[in-house]
Amino acid sequence: MEILMIFTSGIIIAVATYLFMTRSLLRVAFGVVMLSHGVHLLILTLSGLETGAPPLLTENAEAYTDPLPQAVILTAIVISFGVTAFLLVLAYRTYKEHGTEDLEELRGNADE
Amino acid sequence: MSLLHFVVLAPFVMAIFLPFLYYKFRSIHTGWFLLPLPLILFIYVATYIPFGGGGMEAVEHTVQWVPSLGINFTVYLDGLSMLFALLITGIGTLVVLYSIFYIANKPDEPLNNFYVYLLMFMGAMLGVVLSDNLIVLYVFWELTSLSSSLLIAYWFHKEKSRYGAQKSMLITVSGGFAMLAGFALLYIIAGNTFSIQEIISQADAIVQDPLILPAMLLILLGAFTKSAQFPFHIWLPDAMEAPTPVSAYLHSATMVKAGIYLVARLTPVFGLTAEWFWILVIFGLTTLLWGSISAVRQTDLKGILAFSTVSQLGLIMALLGMGAAALHYDFIETETMYYTATMAAVFHLINHATFKGALFMAVGIIDHETGTRDVKRLGGLMAIMPVTFTVSLVGLAAMAGLPPFNGFLSKEMFFTATLNVASLDIFNLETLGVFIPIVAWIASVFTFVYSMMMFTRTFTGEFKPENYEKEVHEAPAGLLISPIILGSLVILFGLFPNLLGYTLIEPAMQAILPGITPVGEQFYVNIYHWHGINTELLMTVAVVLFGLAIALNLKKWAEAAFFQRERDPLNRAYDFGLDQLVVQSQNVTNFHMTGRLRDYMLYMSVFIVGLGMYTFFRYNSLDINLEGQGGIPGYAILVIGGLIASTLVLPFVHKRITNLVLLGVIGFLVALLFVIFRAPDLALTQLLVETVMVVLFLLVFRHMPEITKEKKAPLTTTVKALVSGAVGIFVILTGLSVHALRAESDITPISDFFIENSVPLAGGYNMVNVILVDFRGLDTLLEVLVLGIAALGIVTLIKHRLKGDEDV
Repeated sequence: MEILMIFTSGIIIAVATYLFMTRSLLRVAFGVVMLSHGVHLLILTLSGLETGAPPLLTENAEAYTDPLPQAVILTAIVISFGVTAFLLVLAYRTYKEHGTEDLEELRGNADE
Repeated sequence: MSLLHFVVLAPFVMAIFLPFLYYKFRSIHTGWFLLPLPLILFIYVATYIPFGGGGMEAVEHTVQWVPSLGINFTVYLDGLSMLFALLITGIGTLVVLYSIFYIANKPDEPLNNFYVYLLMFMGAMLGVVLSDNLIVLYVFWELTSLSSSLLIAYWFHKEKSRYGAQKSMLITVSGGFAMLAGFALLYIIAGNTFSIQEIISQADAIVQDPLILPAMLLILLGAFTKSAQFPFHIWLPDAMEAPTPVSAYLHSATMVKAGIYLVARLTPVFGLTAEWFWILVIFGLTTLLWGSISAVRQTDLKGILAFSTVSQLGLIMALLGMGAAALHYDFIETETMYYTATMAAVFHLINHATFKGALFMAVGIIDHETGTRDVKRLGGLMAIMPVTFTVSLVGLAAMAGLPPFNGFLSKEMFFTATLNVASLDIFNLETLGVFIPIVAWIASVFTFVYSMMMFTRTFTGEFKPENYEKEVHEAPAGLLISPIILGSLVILFGLFPNLLGYTLIEPAMQAILPGITPVGEQFYVNIYHWHGINTELLMTVAVVLFGLAIALNLKKWAEAAFFQRERDPLNRAYDFGLDQLVVQSQNVTNFHMTGRLRDYMLYMSVFIVGLGMYTFFRYNSLDINLEGQGGIPGYAILVIGGLIASTLVLPFVHKRITNLVLLGVIGFLVALLFVIFRAPDLALTQLLVETVMVVLFLLVFRHMPEITKEKKAPLTTTVKALVSGAVGIFVILTGLSVHALRAESDITPISDFFIENSVPLAGGYNMVNVILVDFRGLDTLLEVLVLGIAALGIVTLIKHRLKGDEDV
């Protein structure tokens, strides 16, 4: 299971890297979203995917899933959401100001 | 603090107060306030001159500066320091006096700048020659470079002044840095001491160290750049843009001799090696020859003097190298011939300071009174400026090495030294030594030629009033005092050279070659005019004859290409190098700073993957262990398969709404995975966030165009695919290694603590929530802050807009 998940994360991060290298600012924003997915899954996987009860003590189970990575990922999700939202509005404002969201056209002149 | 410390510090203190005096008493020339200071310092230092027999006792005083690093402001006054201190203060006095009359007291002339820089220089130079601590010496050394550049660019509105200042700064400071590195090496070799005297006391052990050669080369680089040795001499002719008092003071008498001082000071250490001898002699003689040949081509009087200074500095440097041979012999008590060279070096040092100072001042007068320094326009000034003419004649004759002036004596001693060295059988001299007197002789011929040229083309010939912008007449008396004093010294030292013998030369020689005389015994310097008819005299006669022959035929050769090239060809190398430095660094920057996000992403990816892969192989840390895994339920396969499939499709879809749907599918599949891996809170949050995100994207899409289609560029696409593939593989390999590490080592997760204590300590049953708000509440606090900042940022982006023409 872990091996499969590691490969999944690897593929997601590879695609995210690819999206980062495209010209469209929106696709870069997609890349940010994908990168956070990949990293979240990787964190969860690398802390072990042992089968146990969900980390709720009312379950009265013998073993529980590790709660710490879940807390870490929860924090990470919220932060990456904040960043993505900001990036999106930035892309929107960039388009409004410059009339393009093509990164190649946003480069500016050499003397700027 | 001793009085000697104040000798060094007094000019700096004075420099602080001088601007106040300048603004308070505008009608009085600021130089008058300054004049007493170098004079007092000169008299004070002169009290240390041993007028009786018995040599000179060195004086040492220490003030702690940074004792923990061994850096102390130690002043050390022995014969060598005293000689230099006397030169600096003595010529300093005369230069200040001269500059009072040279630089007019006009409202737009920033006299306060001039004198503050000059005082800074004087203090720094005194610091260089009086410091016993290498670091303190270095500090003062760089201060001389700085103040020298400031003085060269005194008329900073002139392009050439700025060029000259920048050039001298670049060259001397890069030499200074090399010297600092050399000092650091010396510090290590000598067992953690910066004190020159302590280093000298263990010289025998130090020269055995393998680091001695790099240390020596680095220090010599500093000395050579400062003292304008070949090929670093190119800054000196361009420094002639400075006001003439500055040229006379810095670029003939004092600063350019700082390198000479350093070489002389460290001779007791490095002189024991053969490399020291060879480097000094070869570079010194090259500089001597090159300088004297280049001087002949100049048409600017100051240009001639600049190259002449270069060549004379080379002469002194070569003599110091030859003198170091004395340290190599153990039986020096019986032979005096080996230290003739050192004696000649010290003697010529004094002589050069006197006659070159006088000549610069005379040239300054000519420039001041006629408005030009170009020898093509000058001529026939003999009868119009009789005093200047006399001083120049004395100075030029001394420079050319004619009797009865002091230059003759030092030139004779120089020939003696070269002949002696050529006859030595140490340092493999028997084969190459014969070239030393020959080179010296050729250089002397050229020296004679340019001295002669300066004389004939300035003072003899026909006076043409139309060549000058103003009415030409003799300079005012005040301007003439300093050159007359220096000219008189030239004659005085020429006629009575032994005045300097036990007062200045002997103490200086004791410092350069310690142990040359047994304790209690005196070593006597005797300089005679007449040795009888010997080789040296015949060489001088030949110099005069050949020199006259060349000088008289100079008109014929003036058309030759050699004479047309006034600028030193090495300048082209310097300018080209400097230009290329700028151009190439621009090229390098333009090459990699493309302004494209994808390029920077590419660099980062390649670097991270490269570093990671290197670490895998270098430390053999790639470890794949497939054991210890949980099973794979069928529905999980389905979800993961869907996730991978939609991810892989994403880069190929160019319609943005399809993109967005895919992104939403991926997000919900990730949420499903969280459900499968028993993370209910994560699944909940992921679902919510993904929904909001999709809504946000849709909102933005409403205002934006369809995604621009990438232009077909197969190579770039391939590169992108390869790099992202590499990143993916690297992540996978890292993940597998981490997984293997987890399986192989028995790391107990910290989570057992949370599971056990969630209820007893925090009173909560949802462990994830307890961790978020109780055990690790600070993370959550800051995460809330992040969201707040993002929200504020978004509001600012949308709400606060600048008007169209406003620019940020």
